[in-house]
Amino acid sequence: MLIDYLKLAVNNLLKRRMRSWLTLIGIFIGIAAVVSLIGLGEGLRIAISSQFNMLGTDTITIQASGVQYGPPGTGVVTPLKQDYVDKIANVDGVDFAIGRLLKTSKVEFNDRATFTVAGSMPSGQHRGDIEERINLKADQGRLLRDGDKYKVLMGSKYDEDDKVFGKLVKVGDTVLIQGKAFEVVGIAKNLGNFLMDYAVIVNEDDMRDIFNDKDTTSIIMVMVKKGADMNNVKEDIEKLLRKERDVKEGEEDFTVELSINAIKTLESTLFAVQLFVYIIAGISIVVGGIGIMNTMYTAVVERTKEIGILKSIGARNEDIFLLFFIESGLLGFSGGLAGAIIGVILAKTLAFIGAMQLGTDLIHADIAWWLITGALSFSFLIGCVAGITPAWRASRLHPVDALRYAK
Amino acid sequence: MRKMKESKTKKTIIKLENVWKIYTMGHVEVPALRGLDIEIKEGEFVALMGPSGSGKSTSMNMVGCLDIPTKGRIFLAGKNISHMTESELAQIRGRKIGFIFQQFNLIPTLTALENVALPMIFQNTTKEQRMERAEELLNLVGLGDRINHKPSEMSGGQQQRVAIARSLANDPDVILADEPTGNLDSKTGDSVIDFLTNLHITKGKTIIMVTHDAHVAESAERIELLKDGRIVSTKKGKHHKKHE
Ligand SMILES: Nc1ncnc2c1ncn2[C@@H]1O[C@H](COP(=O)(O)OP(=O)(O)O)[C@@H](O)[C@H]1O
Ligand SMILES: [Mg+2]
Repeated sequence: MLIDYLKLAVNNLLKRRMRSWLTLIGIFIGIAAVVSLIGLGEGLRIAISSQFNMLGTDTITIQASGVQYGPPGTGVVTPLKQDYVDKIANVDGVDFAIGRLLKTSKVEFNDRATFTVAGSMPSGQHRGDIEERINLKADQGRLLRDGDKYKVLMGSKYDEDDKVFGKLVKVGDTVLIQGKAFEVVGIAKNLGNFLMDYAVIVNEDDMRDIFNDKDTTSIIMVMVKKGADMNNVKEDIEKLLRKERDVKEGEEDFTVELSINAIKTLESTLFAVQLFVYIIAGISIVVGGIGIMNTMYTAVVERTKEIGILKSIGARNEDIFLLFFIESGLLGFSGGLAGAIIGVILAKTLAFIGAMQLGTDLIHADIAWWLITGALSFSFLIGCVAGITPAWRASRLHPVDALRYAK
Repeated sequence: MRKMKESKTKKTIIKLENVWKIYTMGHVEVPALRGLDIEIKEGEFVALMGPSGSGKSTSMNMVGCLDIPTKGRIFLAGKNISHMTESELAQIRGRKIGFIFQQFNLIPTLTALENVALPMIFQNTTKEQRMERAEELLNLVGLGDRINHKPSEMSGGQQQRVAIARSLANDPDVILADEPTGNLDSKTGDSVIDFLTNLHITKGKTIIMVTHDAHVAESAERIELLKDGRIVSTKKGKHHKKHE
């Protein structure tokens, strides 16, 4: 019985014109967005947070910034001074503080040049602290040591991606950084972090040399003692820096950020992006539903005579209602099916591109069966809901009037 | 198959008593039927003639449970159908009435077989039964080799034969044919009339046929002439029983 109605509805759908399929675009886009987003979902979140997680949750990061109340990009950034580092180290609750220079530099090899981040390594005990923090290990060769002069540790990508220089960089090769020759002593292990894997790492003295920079620093990482109140430490550092840099409260030209907050910010940004996509998807689906309702109304008008015929051979109002209701549901289902297929392809493609770019397999496209069945049931439901009033109208047509209807 | 009915013991199957149908178009009232009285016995073959607009189709629709009268009473197999709900009417219509229209009114997207099987879907017949019966009926109207053709792939005469087969799907007591030959040339029309006559004789179906054509009307046992929504005269047709 119901299967017969289903067959009749499929038959009618297959006879439909292009125009009525176009109205499915809304459902299609909505379902594709939802399926790909949920499919990527967790993997994407983990992959992005992991870029920050290596900082740990007991770290405070200090950076110079423009004047905060101006529009972005306005105001000159006054760099942090290297001598803040020791002063911050003396703040109550601070275990130790490390300044690092991060500068965009020109790196040349095999007669080709690229611009990438050069990061400095502090000497002494802090070298080990940093290495441990960011999980820096040598894949080939060795890590930098105190006393290394014009030696460089290359990011893992230079041994994986020969597009940068036209050939891979090996231990023992010589590269030019800001025009100075550096000997490659090691290749770092892949960190799954886009920026770090393309970075080059040199000792702090060499960095100051090649950039002719004696007293600034780019970023100060502060490790807080166990049990110390992170927020108190943060406030004390802010107070200290306001004095050092002679700025008023509320007009700081620097940021002191708790790593835990950075992770939270990132997660909430990600959440906002997801929310945005869901809202767009929701709107698309509502628009799609209205589109289906519209083509169903058109179908009722176009098939008025057919409805009259069906009634004349014994179809009851309920039968006519079911026929159009099911057809409308199937229309939604078709849009959802197309959307789900594209959504899966999209998720897989994005995961693939992500893995290629980041060199990490953190981004999975996990297309669970419940996601597909859920998406399909949902689009069927949307179709059904959109079909209620058109099907109702069809079922209420007077048989004689419907039979007399001429196209 | 049912045995031919004995003509002496005929019961009344359809009875219209003072039936009025008034259509309202805007503020204008159009009386299509004005006190129509007619009685039809089981197994009778009646032709309904009359000028255009005299109410022939309207009265067929009433008998066929497609509409209810504004006033008056209609009995079908002893049941008063003049106040029934749409759902009840659909039920009776599906089981007791077979329609044949001037426009054939087949579903264009379905094959001949599917068209003939369609009325049975609404009566909860199993798929096997439906397909078997539809094929049998198409064989009966001589279209056994066209079962998978769409209406657009058939001639008018063939389409009307499919419609006849469809009208028989639920083995109804009454066949209502509203100008069944109106869209056919006279030769094809005659063969359609032959089919109807045959049904009447071999299956004992009650048939009411609307026609403009006096020659076609002659095939019936009785001819009723309608004018302005009333019967104005009755005469006997030249109907004679065929032996096949
Ligand atoms: N649905 C309707 N709405 C308004 N007027 C109608 C309707 N159906 C029929 N009529 C009118 O009722 C009269 C009888 O129509 P009908 O029964 O179709 O006549 P016939 O079939 O004898 O040509 C005509 O005047 C026609 O215009
Ligand atoms: Mg008519």
